[in-house]
Amino acid sequence: MKRRGAPVITENSQAYTFTRRALVLGAAQGVLAAGLAARMGYISIAENERYNLLSDENRIQMRLIPPRRGWIVDRHGQPIAINRSDFRVDIIPDRLKEPDRVLGELARLLQLPPDELERIRHELKQAAGYQPVPVAENLAFDKYSAVMVRLPELSGVAPLRAFSRFYPDGAAVAHLIGYVGTPNKKEYEAENKSPLLITPGFKIGKEGLEKTMEQRLRGKPGAQRVEVTARGALVRQLTTLQDVSGQPLPLTIDGGLQTFAARRLGDESGSVVVIDCLTGDILALASMPAYDPNSFTDGISQNEWKMLSQDERHPLINKALNGLYPPGSTFKPMVAMALLQAGIDPEDRIHCPGGFQLGSRFFRCLGRHGSMTMHTALARSCNTYFYAMGRRAGIDVISAMGKTLGFGQKFDLPVVSQNYGTMPSAEWKKRKYDDDWSQSDTLNTSIGQGYVIVNPLQLAVMASRIASGLNVQPRLLRERHPAPAPLPFTKEHFETVRSGMWEVVNGAGTAGRSRLELPGIEMGGKTGTAQVRRIVGTQRGQSGDWKYRDHGLFVCFAPTSNPRYAASVVIEHGMGGARAAAPVAKDVLTYLFDKERAMASLAKFEEQWGGTLAQRMEARAQKWLAEKAAEKARAGTAGGAAGAAGR
Amino acid sequence: MRGGSFVPAPVATLPWRMLWIVFALAAAGFLGLYSAAGGSLLPWAAPHAVRFFAFLGMAIVISRVRTDRFHDLAFVAYGGGLILLVLTLMLGAIGGGARSWLDLGFVRLQPSELMKPIIVFVLARFYSHVPPREIRRWSAIWPVAVFLGPPLLLILLQPDLGTAMLIILNTIALMFLAGLPLRLFIGGAVAVAAALPTVYFSLLLPHQRERVLIFLNPEADPLGAGYHLSQSKIAIGSGGIFGKGYLNGTQSHLEYLPEQHTDFVFSAIAEDWGLIGGVVLIILFFLLLRWGWSVALEAKDRFDRLAASGLTLTIFFYIAINLMMVMGLAPVVGIPLPLVSYGGSAMLTVMICLGALMAIDRRNRLNRR
Repeated sequence: MKRRGAPVITENSQAYTFTRRALVLGAAQGVLAAGLAARMGYISIAENERYNLLSDENRIQMRLIPPRRGWIVDRHGQPIAINRSDFRVDIIPDRLKEPDRVLGELARLLQLPPDELERIRHELKQAAGYQPVPVAENLAFDKYSAVMVRLPELSGVAPLRAFSRFYPDGAAVAHLIGYVGTPNKKEYEAENKSPLLITPGFKIGKEGLEKTMEQRLRGKPGAQRVEVTARGALVRQLTTLQDVSGQPLPLTIDGGLQTFAARRLGDESGSVVVIDCLTGDILALASMPAYDPNSFTDGISQNEWKMLSQDERHPLINKALNGLYPPGSTFKPMVAMALLQAGIDPEDRIHCPGGFQLGSRFFRCLGRHGSMTMHTALARSCNTYFYAMGRRAGIDVISAMGKTLGFGQKFDLPVVSQNYGTMPSAEWKKRKYDDDWSQSDTLNTSIGQGYVIVNPLQLAVMASRIASGLNVQPRLLRERHPAPAPLPFTKEHFETVRSGMWEVVNGAGTAGRSRLELPGIEMGGKTGTAQVRRIVGTQRGQSGDWKYRDHGLFVCFAPTSNPRYAASVVIEHGMGGARAAAPVAKDVLTYLFDKERAMASLAKFEEQWGGTLAQRMEARAQKWLAEKAAEKARAGTAGGAAGAAGR
Repeated sequence: MRGGSFVPAPVATLPWRMLWIVFALAAAGFLGLYSAAGGSLLPWAAPHAVRFFAFLGMAIVISRVRTDRFHDLAFVAYGGGLILLVLTLMLGAIGGGARSWLDLGFVRLQPSELMKPIIVFVLARFYSHVPPREIRRWSAIWPVAVFLGPPLLLILLQPDLGTAMLIILNTIALMFLAGLPLRLFIGGAVAVAAALPTVYFSLLLPHQRERVLIFLNPEADPLGAGYHLSQSKIAIGSGGIFGKGYLNGTQSHLEYLPEQHTDFVFSAIAEDWGLIGGVVLIILFFLLLRWGWSVALEAKDRFDRLAASGLTLTIFFYIAINLMMVMGLAPVVGIPLPLVSYGGSAMLTVMICLGALMAIDRRNRLNRR
């Protein structure tokens, strides 16, 4: 026994101490073993779920499958924007270990031309790491699979079967539909760095409806779950969650009409807007010249971009919404409505001696029209009548009517931007210029000049509202809308203005040459010619440099017996509404009633112009490139000579 | 003799009760290494098996040695071990950079490993010669510091903190068993607890300090230095009760689990076989240690008693620290799991321990008869 105090330690007691202490240590080890088993049980039972999740997070990677974009279809269900299956190869800069070897291998496999290689190298240098750099798109399957097979030795290369956007009508729908492209850094950050945006092959709407309706068109990405090792090597594919493609987007647009209108504009710079004047459905919203949205899908080339942005006809601007023009005489039907509203008898006559004297200033008319009623003044576009009567009615009633009929207004449309121009009023001038409204301002406004600027859509809306007497709201999406309410003006007023517009085309009017050649269907309209710059001497913008010529405008509706369609046509620098715009309007409206006749007329024009829209665009591009090359060559020889001289 | 004429006497007299446990553990290691290699004998499973049988043969040879020899040769072995340690340091310096092993061609020998059983023998011999009445005196303590000093210094110079710590723990446990007064241990524990902050801030190298911090909070840096711990716990935890199935462990096969063939082999096995497999391993180790204690308790001689318990403790500390480490209860120190982990030196040490234990067991049985 071990005693406390002064213990006497013998060999026996020491052996006893050893046994006791060994048992203590043994027991401690048993407790530790039990503790370890308990700890392990805790980890593997209580925390099993958590660790299972972590283990799966380790080994399973989600690879997003970009969703197929919803189709954009016209009012008849005809496709305007669709998806085409596309084999593509991208490089993820972050994962590219040996750029030179990998690029060389890719160039060999895909037979990449040297300038493409140069582009890829350039883009790799500028790439932000996360953003895939496209190597090749629309690949043939054998080339695609050649890359697929060698994937293990091509780190950073991502072959993908994706879908690319395709617009069968090409340039004809460019401004309306827009285009898609690879998201840029700003867009990526705007969506909280959503991984979808940096998924190779994913495209985002960049312009037009593709941009404004992005969320609806996008759909939900699919996902592929793959098992990977700690080093990132793919072991096998697990489940694949199919993507949910975006919803189709039915438009009010009539695809055939849209394309026809775009083609009919020919080489002119201008726009055509057609509206169903009973519902507000926009049937066509064409702006020319345009770009080919298909070439933006794969990323546009430097050359192409330069060519588009340097073109004086501004193919990158949607003129139907963003082009602003003085409406000129196309304003007069609205002014006539205002005059009637102001209580002016349409039979009241004004004598036109070739102009109107206001104080010391003489406001010119285009001719000496003699005695004019509202009807004849509309038909022959007599400025004097509108000067006199506008002055009598005053700016307030004109301005109010202009706003009611759509001028100065922005419409509720899913478009990237609308330039809504100016419908001036006394209050507006005070605010803008801190100046009082003058009589001469009223006179200018009465004939659609001065401060007034409008866009082609507003012109078409005005035509629609006058044609139907309804407060139609233009719309692009085929959805349920309330029927438009009638405008608060008497029927007789509309009849008076419409009969004047009938006379323009079908009687002794300015657009007599553009009456419809259709049995029983007549068109009412109003021509307009808008000055681009102030009249200098006798030159009235009818000749000289293209960019100083007058704009030609035309608003119209048909049939006059029971109006259904209204349209506006603007031909930039077309020199006159009757000359440039009305014939286009005639053909476009003809298309709505008799496609074959309209197409036959178009075929003749296109023959004269030298091919279809696509052919002419291609020819222009070739010509442009040739000119650039020649310029470069000239600069090269000149530079060389200078260099030699300098030495 | 047991087993009659069917089994030759030298085989029949082997301690089969313990050998089955050792076989089971080595088999678990073999299966685990086969799985960790993605279902392949190479590079780990086959060498492991070969090494196991070679070292087991060596252990059986050791078991035939009379325990007096361990007593007599303790200091000779101690001297040899020191020479090897110095040699290691010198070759390391020549080769450039720290090194803890000597390349013998067929095996990379870690002299620090060899030093573990040698120190046990030295201490057992020392305490067997201390007269019982002097065990509570200062003279029973300071010589230990003299024995321990040189090898510890050499090991710390390598630097191999893990092995040094194991030797110190082992020594303390052995001193406890030798009968040193209890108050020394209690007081020592208090002193160590008080000194811990000083050690942490002044003695530990930055990477060691980091390991301690990560041990305390591994999730803070799951991809950096806490990676080992996190991945080990994920492997064990995701195995669940029954495991993911043999050869199905994703943590080990997809290489998320580092050192899956050495220090973290237990986690790899637990991932395949689950809690059940892990508990079976723990039970096997417990049985092995229980056998070791029974040998120590049965020993008549004080040297045998102390040597047997010291050797058992050596094996115990390997197991305990490795298992605590893989379960996130101890910092990551490079200590393998005896008989199961791939690697020669640790297995050599453990087999020397087991061989010596068998020798003591043999003597116990001869005494019994």
